[in-house]
Amino acid sequence: MLLLLGVLAVAWLLWSGIYKPVVLGLGAFSCVVTLFLARQMGFFDHSSEFHRIIWRLPGYWLWLVQEIVKSSWDVARLVLSPSLPIDPVVVRLKTGVREELGQTILGNSITLSPGTVTLDIHEQELLVHCIDRRSAEALLQGEVDRRVQSLEPES
Amino acid sequence: MMLVVDILSWILMLVGALSVLIGGIGVLRMPDFYSRMHAASLTDTMATLALFTGMMLQAGLTLATVKLFAIMLFLLLTGPTATYALANAALTSGLKPRVSVPESPENVQ
Repeated sequence: MLLLLGVLAVAWLLWSGIYKPVVLGLGAFSCVVTLFLARQMGFFDHSSEFHRIIWRLPGYWLWLVQEIVKSSWDVARLVLSPSLPIDPVVVRLKTGVREELGQTILGNSITLSPGTVTLDIHEQELLVHCIDRRSAEALLQGEVDRRVQSLEPES
Repeated sequence: MMLVVDILSWILMLVGALSVLIGGIGVLRMPDFYSRMHAASLTDTMATLALFTGMMLQAGLTLATVKLFAIMLFLLLTGPTATYALANAALTSGLKPRVSVPESPENVQ
């Protein structure tokens, strides 16, 4: 909670850039309201998981950016090739990621990289729509899954 | 040194602009809803990454860079959530994805 409060306060100070008492008061007020709303929505139910994962996120992002660039190139070539050689498939991906936060990261990572979109996620099984067979095969090799699993702490 | 940074940021911004263009062309060319979404995600992610990195290089080590980075992060975090919501809504409302002949039945639905 304190982490979020700190982030919100720093964000407000950086963004407004005006340090009058009224504006600062408004900032403090909106930080507290946001915190309250987040708590009501159950945002902090997973905070212990989140604290353990957050330090390993930047490394994962770097890898994800590489993957995004690669798959963007593939999709761009697909779009621009005159015969439009797409070959859509829907695959089921079993995942070893157990916790909700990890599953969210996995699903969003899959959607984020062009060529694959998560359609549904249900009890360690994801339904993924892929633009062509190659991206489906790459997905089923399960490197994303392994990477996200290694984000999770052993339990 | 300035020139190198400039050239790098121009390249990145050009790549971003091209991604937007290709994404747009893709949305028009693709045959069905789900494959259109793939083309749109090109605009969503690659363009965001390239354009914002290019702009950050232009801004240098200033407050603007921090803000640009934050905007990029928010876009990248919320984009896939929106795409997922869209795809899931389409799936639950019964729009079947157009699928070519399945190869192995245990993997392909």
